[in-house]
Amino acid sequence: MADRRLSVSLRQQAPIPLDLDFTCDPGDVLAIFGPSGSGKSTILRSIAGLYRPEHATIRANGETWSDTASKAFAPPHRRAVGMVFQEYALFPHLTALGNVMTALGHRPSGERRPRAEELLRLVHLSDHQDRRPQQLSGGERQRVALARALAREPAVLLLDEPFAAVDRTVRRRLQDEINELRRTLDIPLVLVTHDFDDVVRLATRLLILERGKAIASGALTDLTSRPDLPWLREAVGLGSVFDARVVRRHSQRGLLELTFDGGALFAADRALDAGATVRVRIAARDVILATSEPPGLSLHNALAATVSAVAEADGDRVVVQLVVGSLLLLAEVTRDAIARLGITVGARVYALIKSVSIEL
Amino acid sequence: MDWTALRVSLWLGAGTIAILLPFGIWFGRLLAVHQFRGKVLIEALVTVPLVLPPTVLGFYLLVMFGARSPLGQAFQSLVGQTLPFSFEGLLLASAIANIPFVVQPIQRGFEAIPSDVRDAAACCGLTPWQRFARIEVPLAWPGILTAAILTFAHTLGEFGVVLMVGGNLPGETRTLSVAIYDRMQAFDDRSAGVMAATLLAIAVVTLMLTTTLSRRVGLRRG
Repeated sequence: MADRRLSVSLRQQAPIPLDLDFTCDPGDVLAIFGPSGSGKSTILRSIAGLYRPEHATIRANGETWSDTASKAFAPPHRRAVGMVFQEYALFPHLTALGNVMTALGHRPSGERRPRAEELLRLVHLSDHQDRRPQQLSGGERQRVALARALAREPAVLLLDEPFAAVDRTVRRRLQDEINELRRTLDIPLVLVTHDFDDVVRLATRLLILERGKAIASGALTDLTSRPDLPWLREAVGLGSVFDARVVRRHSQRGLLELTFDGGALFAADRALDAGATVRVRIAARDVILATSEPPGLSLHNALAATVSAVAEADGDRVVVQLVVGSLLLLAEVTRDAIARLGITVGARVYALIKSVSIEL
Repeated sequence: MDWTALRVSLWLGAGTIAILLPFGIWFGRLLAVHQFRGKVLIEALVTVPLVLPPTVLGFYLLVMFGARSPLGQAFQSLVGQTLPFSFEGLLLASAIANIPFVVQPIQRGFEAIPSDVRDAAACCGLTPWQRFARIEVPLAWPGILTAAILTFAHTLGEFGVVLMVGGNLPGETRTLSVAIYDRMQAFDDRSAGVMAATLLAIAVVTLMLTTTLSRRVGLRRG
């Protein structure tokens, strides 16, 4: 396990400042999230060997790929790395099949074509295998790029803003497909993005990057339930992200019943099978606090909670962290509300959440 | 019609391409891909033959090829004849005069390849040589083709440099464009007219070929 882990340590002052260390285990999806120009792509390019920072130690697959201290450096074509580029970077003179076959040089020549066809089937592109990139839509190009990255049988998969060039609906579908693939891959996967939606949908771990430095990193659920990350609050708004299981659909009532460690939730109905695992995000702004369970409301979710932390945000805002079973939720309320309700650490409250504001 | 002159012209064109294309691909790619100090100066030097009067270029080439220069001496001791006023000398002069016609289109061809595509090829496990042969050359192909055709057409039409370095020796250095001048001097308008028309026809066919080929490349690329 430990030797298949990706471990990265990068330092340099200029031209792009970098100062961070991180690891990613097989099966994990590490999202590196930050504004444009924070050095995200440079990190991925360093892992792939396309960029050489002043000081770098990169280990993966039980090998040392970069170690500036001992002057060890494996060129990109000797690193088992699969990379999906932001604009996909497909080879324009080759068909979809040709693109994928290019990355199969490590296989005997007779196996390359059947393997490439298999990979295109995996990304639902069998019908388009003879098309050139110019004849494919954005989403289809992205799938070819993914199949090509997987063709290499990578020890590490790198995704550089993989959904930046496709529209919302295609993005959702591609995210689901990558999620599915991830379960079968069992390799470290590093995703770079400036869109928090990608993080919520795909990541298991999160690293927040600012000017080449990690300002916070950890498991996604832990990090998103921390009340004291003003940077994240300003960038995307606070909100806990966690996994829940579908219990059943109540189609007639327009509701979806979910269960998580220590409670049940009702979300707006969606076509999901019982037993399926779903990623849930509850925005801190959508959580209302009450000292007793109020009657006569249209709400479906009133969760009994204990206040575990109270953090001042800017202005009149306060972020309250709540324990619900084994889950941590955040609620963003006014300073006035805190004073009126007498909310302090240890207080028992109810967290009120509308079913429609639960993001799946 | 001076068939010998036509043969010399065609050989000179083909020979210039054969010598210059490998150099142009190597050097054009170097200029396209790498950033280094003095690049602007080198790019200017490469372009100089384009703006220099052919007689000036011919003069310097003659000096360079002469019996007193190291190059001229080396050639004479190896082959036993002088470099100026020989087909070999003419070929070398033609290659030098055509450097800008080869390097510039090829450089543009390689520059047009997005750096991400080059990086993706490396991430696919292709070695530098495989990347060059399987990704870069096929993508820079229109530029390489343009370079070859421009060189051929320009060599056929070159006059000043040929006359300065090669002179007017039948079967050796008398090209079609020199032969036209030669016939005009002898008031043989008919022969000159036939040969001029031949050169015109070759030029038109060459350009048609370029357009057709580049359109086909365009189709292939979608």
